[in-house]
Amino acid sequence: MTTVDLPLVRASGLTKHFGDFEAVRGIDVEVRRGEAFGFLGPNGAGKSSTMRMVACTSPRTGGDLRVLGMDPDVDGPRIRSRIGVVPQEDNLDTELTARQNLEVYGRYFGLSRAHVRSKAVELLDFAQLADRADHEVEPLSGGMKRRLTIARSLVNDPDLLLLDEPTTGLDPQARHLLWDRLFRLKQSGVTLIITTHYMDEAEQLCDRLVVMDGGRIAAEGSPQDLIARHSTREVLELRFAPGDQDAVVPVVTPLADRVEVLPDRLLLYTADGDGVLDAVHARGVRPLSSLVRRSSLEDVFLRLTGRTLVD
Amino acid sequence: MTHTRERAVSRRGSGLVLRIVPPGLYSGRGGVIVERALVVNRRAWLAIVSGFFEPVLFLLSLGVGFGQLVSEVAGPGGQPLSYATFVAPALLAASAMNGAVYDATFNIFFKFKYARLYDAMLATPMGPLDIAIGEISWALLRGGLYSAAFLLVMLGMGLILSPWALLALPAALLVAFAFAAVGMAATTFMRSWQDFDLVQLAVLPMFLFSTTFFPLSVYPAGVRVVVQVTPLYQAVELLRGLTTGHVTWAALGNVAYFAVMAATGVVVAGRRLAGLLLK
Repeated sequence: MTTVDLPLVRASGLTKHFGDFEAVRGIDVEVRRGEAFGFLGPNGAGKSSTMRMVACTSPRTGGDLRVLGMDPDVDGPRIRSRIGVVPQEDNLDTELTARQNLEVYGRYFGLSRAHVRSKAVELLDFAQLADRADHEVEPLSGGMKRRLTIARSLVNDPDLLLLDEPTTGLDPQARHLLWDRLFRLKQSGVTLIITTHYMDEAEQLCDRLVVMDGGRIAAEGSPQDLIARHSTREVLELRFAPGDQDAVVPVVTPLADRVEVLPDRLLLYTADGDGVLDAVHARGVRPLSSLVRRSSLEDVFLRLTGRTLVD
Repeated sequence: MTHTRERAVSRRGSGLVLRIVPPGLYSGRGGVIVERALVVNRRAWLAIVSGFFEPVLFLLSLGVGFGQLVSEVAGPGGQPLSYATFVAPALLAASAMNGAVYDATFNIFFKFKYARLYDAMLATPMGPLDIAIGEISWALLRGGLYSAAFLLVMLGMGLILSPWALLALPAALLVAFAFAAVGMAATTFMRSWQDFDLVQLAVLPMFLFSTTFFPLSVYPAGVRVVVQVTPLYQAVELLRGLTTGHVTWAALGNVAYFAVMAATGVVVAGRRLAGLLLK
């Protein structure tokens, strides 16, 4: 039915309107089999709307969309039977235990009782929840609920897994555990589509990503690509006492390729951060603190949109 | 018996439904929702059983207790009936209505608005109509158990006068189906818990005035018409006719009334759910 070359998702000119509001304004995307693909952007960029259209739970307004080679408008149920969805907010069944959540969800896909019973055991293990199998889900921690939701999305052995902000609201330890699980899935050949407004998450997980802003795609490529194309090798961050920053801007601007003025700090883009820091000091500028780091996707986003990701 | 009946009803319903709505909204898997309800309620049998007592308590209080004060009431064909015999089938109808409305409004509103249960279901091959049919089937299955138990109580108390009463169970199920379908459709229009007062506003007067406790003849002619168009009056007529053995062609009219009500409810509920959930 599908060949290796056929993209799992292909959108062209895809749009989504809610009344007068244009959430997605004509995007072109291709996701290939086996890759981890990211939608990076701030809240309201159109990431979730796009995800819902791909998940066949939201009809598109315009443009063309093919998921697993099929049209969601025509073959919604057939497509949904082969994808897994991890929504932004956990919607586990609070009237059921962890194990029952997996078993009953499998039954929604028409899987046999025997199959979902053994599948649930396997997935509880994968989600490291075997010792909580017969507990109610409400008292579970945020990280556990998230892992259970991911386990649930795998009950039908999907070809394609959609994760909408999988680690938002989790503590660092829970995020790392979750990333590990997602990385294992990727290794086992599952195609992942992830939305996130965390650049570190995108850098960790995604082979390729698009940066979305205001319903449009601002840039596309691998994280390294995007950084090389849209930012410098290093960034020098300077912090000042409140009120001191504005006077410094004209002094440091000639020293760097580009300067971004954030409310709490200045970002100086350059190939040589330490060199520029020396030059800053040589001109008598005394920041409260300074930091030289490598460019990240956050810088790419800032360059492309003039805003930080977590506005 | 209840099970085959229920399957027959939903199969016929789905044939009709498939012609009216796009195939993406329905995948013929509503039964899994009943399965889920069974898993959820496996540990809550006491709560389930308690639903049986309400009509029985009414029957003991009004039918037997209050009935001591009322010598006889004119039955459907004008024949004199004991008050308990008169009121029991009406209580059966009212309990079919109450149970179905409760299940289809409060329970469904909670799952829809707060538990986001249906969002999760719609990410699977299931469609909104599977949800509508599945939830209604569960309400029906539960209502059917209560009705069967209540009919046995009636039989034990000597309140069943005719073998036609065998049809009272499927009739009560049809009544419950219709009320559940319309209740679910109404739920899709509700925005907050305050709106549920409107449900009470519709259900309580019907319970009190739809010839549940006294015959239609007490009303002046103009008011009679108003009472006669209410669904609970139709249900009471149908069931009272069957348990007292006064069955006329009018019973088919009652059945048609509920068939139309049920079909309209399912289609409206399915479409509204699709509109609300598949934005």
